Amino acid sequence: MAQWIEACGAGDVDEEDVIRFDHGGRVYAIYRSPEDRYFATDGLCTHEQISLADGLVMDDIIECPKHNGRFNYQTGEAKGAPVCVNLRTYPVKVEDGAVFIEV
Amino acid sequence: MSQHYVIVGAGECGARAAMALREQGFAGDVTLVGGESHLPYERPPLSKEGMLAELFAAKTIATAERLAEAGIAFRGGLAVAGIDREGKRLEGADGRVIGYDKLLLATGAAPRRLPGVEGERIVYLRTIEDALRLREALGAGRHLAVIGGGFIGLELAASARLRGAEVTLIEALPRLLSRGVPEAMARQIEARHLAGGVKLVFGDGIAGIASGAESAVVTLASGRRIEADLVLVGIGAVPNVTLAEGAGLAIENGIAVDRHLATGDPDIFAAGDCCSFPLEIYGGRRVRLESWRNAQDQGNLAARNMLGAGEAISSVPWFWSDQYELTLQIAGLSGEGTTVVRRELEDGASILFHLAADGRLVAASGLGVGNAVARDIRLAEMLIGKRARPDVAALGDAGVKLKGLLAAA
Ligand SMILES: Cc1cc2nc3c(=O)[nH]c(=O)nc-3n(C[C@H](O)[C@H](O)[C@H](O)COP(=O)(O)OP(=O)(O)OC[C@H]3O[C@@H](n4cnc5c(N)ncnc54)[C@H](O)[C@@H]3O)c2cc1C
Ligand code: FES
Repeated sequence: MAQWIEACGAGDVDEEDVIRFDHGGRVYAIYRSPEDRYFATDGLCTHEQISLADGLVMDDIIECPKHNGRFNYQTGEAKGAPVCVNLRTYPVKVEDGAVFIEV
Repeated sequence: MSQHYVIVGAGECGARAAMALREQGFAGDVTLVGGESHLPYERPPLSKEGMLAELFAAKTIATAERLAEAGIAFRGGLAVAGIDREGKRLEGADGRVIGYDKLLLATGAAPRRLPGVEGERIVYLRTIEDALRLREALGAGRHLAVIGGGFIGLELAASARLRGAEVTLIEALPRLLSRGVPEAMARQIEARHLAGGVKLVFGDGIAGIASGAESAVVTLASGRRIEADLVLVGIGAVPNVTLAEGAGLAIENGIAVDRHLATGDPDIFAAGDCCSFPLEIYGGRRVRLESWRNAQDQGNLAARNMLGAGEAISSVPWFWSDQYELTLQIAGLSGEGTTVVRRELEDGASILFHLAADGRLVAASGLGVGNAVARDIRLAEMLIGKRARPDVAALGDAGVKLKGLLAAA
């Protein structure tokens, strides 16, 4: 059953940045876009299961820290080699200064 | 009639180029010819995870389904023996002939051999077969001798230690990684190998290796003898240029290409480990890179230029290596720098920035646990690409975000 989980405080993620959130044995990545919107995806790169939270956010792209594989973090879409499998994305809402994701 | 683009070499670069031709909308025929019988696979794991995992599983770059879906004809296990440039045909080692309209040579590189040394117990590491052979010989109670303190030798030494084998590594020079890694960082890596139990021998050459039924004996120039179950020779790689050379193409430490990856023949391109090219951010200096990302980038670029894009090479060299829990990442060419600035990150990770005399950032080398240095190296790569002259004090201050420097550059 889908449920909303509090992932972090809205201020915990810097603008145009990403953090890691672990829950229920899974790793998620929470993003704040340059326009101050929040997004969530699976937190491990689909190439080698590396935590994306060490990666670099630029516009709507997260670049994996390991081999610079790229994903659109808003849609989860893999943007070329070496990654070819998309990331799952999760609905996000911000309430009372906290970021919730629906997992 | 439909155009036929052929790629010789189904490694990282060739496989990427084939996929990129389709991504760019090429509707003609694409044939990817591989000398190895395997589907295109990644080499980096061969010295790393592939050695450590319980079971060895090759990491395929493009599965048979994906190739088929993209309409790429894959011919594995077929070595191309010659190019008839006038007739625009390739001659297979088995006598088969393949015509082409445009050709990409992505033949890669092969381990440099140790002259005069042969034997069952002497191995090189480039292919799946090599890796499987090495895996068997790693493990508790075994002794591996590694010749050469470069990336392949060091990664394998780390993997062998993690699997419990004894390792002795012999390096002719006084330090590890003398090609391309700053000394301070190479010393840190050396310390990690010593702590990991690798026996390091510096400044001694190889006088000979006797490969016997039971073991191999390495005799050093100093007269010292080292007995091992297996000897890994990791003394660099040489570009596979025989095919290009036979076709009369210019060779200059690799197949010589121009800034568009074109050879002297307008219908033949070369890319990846096999080619040397002018690197514009360093004043057009001709280089050959043996790096995974370079192979990918050039595969993509070659595909676009085969289709007439006329784009110049613009990427910044980038390389990584994993040893134990450490990851090293290097952007740019550190040898181009005259000044070094150090940035200390958390948990002992650090970045060395290399600046040219005119203040331009030319390289950044980072070492740390896991991906501690990744973000800064990636940003440094972009600063290098922009030919930025960042403030030295800001570079050295971990409190100053490189992203800010990039925005200001
Ligand atoms: C063990 C190992 C670990 C590595 N680790 C790293 C790392 O950590 N980081 C990094 O950046 N880089 C690493 N590399 C380097 C990286 O793998 C190479 O730069 C990359 O594979 C180059 O790709 P390529 O396609 O140019 O050449 P290759 O991968 O060598 O592929 C060339 C292919 O062409 C085929 N071929 C050659 N001649 C012919 C012919 N006449 N007919 C048909 N086929 C032919 C060959 O059989 C080969 O399959 C590593 C390499 C090795 C071997
Ligand atoms: S692990 Fe993410 S690109 Fe390789």
